[in-house]
Amino acid sequence: MTTTPANSTRAPVLEFDDVSLAFGSRRILDHVSFEIRAGEFTGLIGSNGVGKTTLLKVILGTQRIQSGDIRINGTKRTARLRSVGYVPQKVSIDADVPIRSRDFVALGLDAHRFGLRRRTTEDRRRVDELLEAVDATSFADARLGDLSGGEQQRVLIAHALVSEPSLLLLDEPLANLDPRSVQEIVALLHNIAATRDVAVFLSAHEMNALLPVMDRIVYLTGGRAASGTTDEVVRSDVLSALYGHHVDVLQLHGRVLVVAEPGTTTDHLPSHETLKVD
Amino acid sequence: MINAWEVGTMVAVVAGVVGFFVVLRGSAFPAHAIPNGAFAGAAGANLMGISPLLGLGAFSLLGAVAIGTLGRRTRSDVATALVLVLMLALGAAFLSQSTEYEPQIFSLLFGEILGVSTSQLTPVLIIGAVCILATFAMFRQLMLTCLVPDIAHSKGLRPAVVDLMFLVIVAGATTMTVPVVGALLIFTLMIGPPAAARCLTHRPGVAMALSVAISVSVVWAAIASSFQSNWPVGFFVGVFSAAWYGVARLAHTALRARRTTLATAISYTAAS
Ligand SMILES: Nc1ncnc2c1ncn2[C@@H]1O[C@H](COP(=O)(O)OP(=O)(O)O)[C@@H](O)[C@H]1O
Ligand SMILES: [Mg+2]
Repeated sequence: MTTTPANSTRAPVLEFDDVSLAFGSRRILDHVSFEIRAGEFTGLIGSNGVGKTTLLKVILGTQRIQSGDIRINGTKRTARLRSVGYVPQKVSIDADVPIRSRDFVALGLDAHRFGLRRRTTEDRRRVDELLEAVDATSFADARLGDLSGGEQQRVLIAHALVSEPSLLLLDEPLANLDPRSVQEIVALLHNIAATRDVAVFLSAHEMNALLPVMDRIVYLTGGRAASGTTDEVVRSDVLSALYGHHVDVLQLHGRVLVVAEPGTTTDHLPSHETLKVD
Repeated sequence: MINAWEVGTMVAVVAGVVGFFVVLRGSAFPAHAIPNGAFAGAAGANLMGISPLLGLGAFSLLGAVAIGTLGRRTRSDVATALVLVLMLALGAAFLSQSTEYEPQIFSLLFGEILGVSTSQLTPVLIIGAVCILATFAMFRQLMLTCLVPDIAHSKGLRPAVVDLMFLVIVAGATTMTVPVVGALLIFTLMIGPPAAARCLTHRPGVAMALSVAISVSVVWAAIASSFQSNWPVGFFVGVFSAAWYGVARLAHTALRARRTTLATAISYTAAS
């Protein structure tokens, strides 16, 4: 769960440098800085409504920021389109649309351009290869809207990866999945990060399912972020400083529990892993 | 007079191509509102003594832009309804000023497939070709924005702009087809055949080809039946479109049931 030396010497894929953003008087990002590297699996952890989706949209350039710099592969965001893959939160695919999994993955190659460029043998090979990588070959020719949530999630991941991005963003891909699918998708993403030289950045309101694979964590609360390896961040002193009041971090059976003191509110703690001691 | 078969085929092809995305994108209501509103434009042009095609074009374009831009701010069905009502009100005003309106209304609503004049043919052909080319050019963008708008947005496509461009294509298709099949029929033709086609295949390209083929078959059968029976073409277009949809829907359900049974059987075999 620590950064390998090979990774830490490489240039970051994504850099947030003193980024701030507010909706009206509500500060979502307050001088947030962190970095993400290729080949690593980074979790963006925070409770509901803390600003995870907003932060991912900032990376995609569909949400403006008020100050700060964001660099992808060392350059400002202008050339981002091909270098970032995105799996949005709560995708609902209309079952009436006639499209197979493989057609949808292929759209990841060329849907942003005008025209009906003929797809080459190389394109088809790449689509097949990605369907295989996400273990979706068995439903490659099924209608996308007929698939289960976990199956659609795999196809969405293949779609996001087919243009060979250096950064893969996933917005709460584990919400609404059954525990077995959660484990499968997490293992799959870990494997993708390690073998494809992609930086995987995944948001979640619950970190326990990610602990076995997470190389780094960006822990977001009240507009502020703590980042580092999981061991560096998920600690009592670091999280207490972030929350502005004392919290304990308990490790139980390989799970982490963030516990607030009596009298303090836990509303802003990530759900399911918090416990209020009264 | 131009051959009804040729004109009908042209209209059917455009309706099959554009209608494919009307159905996929859930734009049936705008596709209903634009031709019906455009009919008011034709009535106005008639009153002013200019070509009805100009009135149709102007009103359908205005309607499309109004629906596309207003729909961003309020709920799009409300915006569409308001635009439709406004244009129909204008149409009523124009018609009340006109002296010889009855046959005019009838032909604008139900078309005059047997009475298309040669002078209308060239503009109709050009507009139709442009609509088809534009739909093909935007095929993949239209597909992605209707499936997962957030992904499209992240790739630099603006779903609202793509929507507006598509409504302009619908306006073009309306302008070319209303003089031929009328405002009500073009709506039928843009919905029935594509809705049937999407039940019959999982492949987008095949579905669009089927949509065109079904649309052409409906129009041909309708013209032939009309010649035979002396009933209006429009009646048959409506009936045949609905019939195609009914049959395709049944086939879809049956196929799915068989697939599910098969899958269950396989998993049982695998488990035992
Ligand atoms: N465009 C917007 N304008 C105003 N407030 C917004 C906007 N987008 C999100 N918010 C608010 O910002 C907060 C963070 O939202 P979001 O990023 O979706 O949180 P999360 O994904 O962590 O659940 C929420 O309170 C939400 O209501
Ligand atoms: Mg969110």
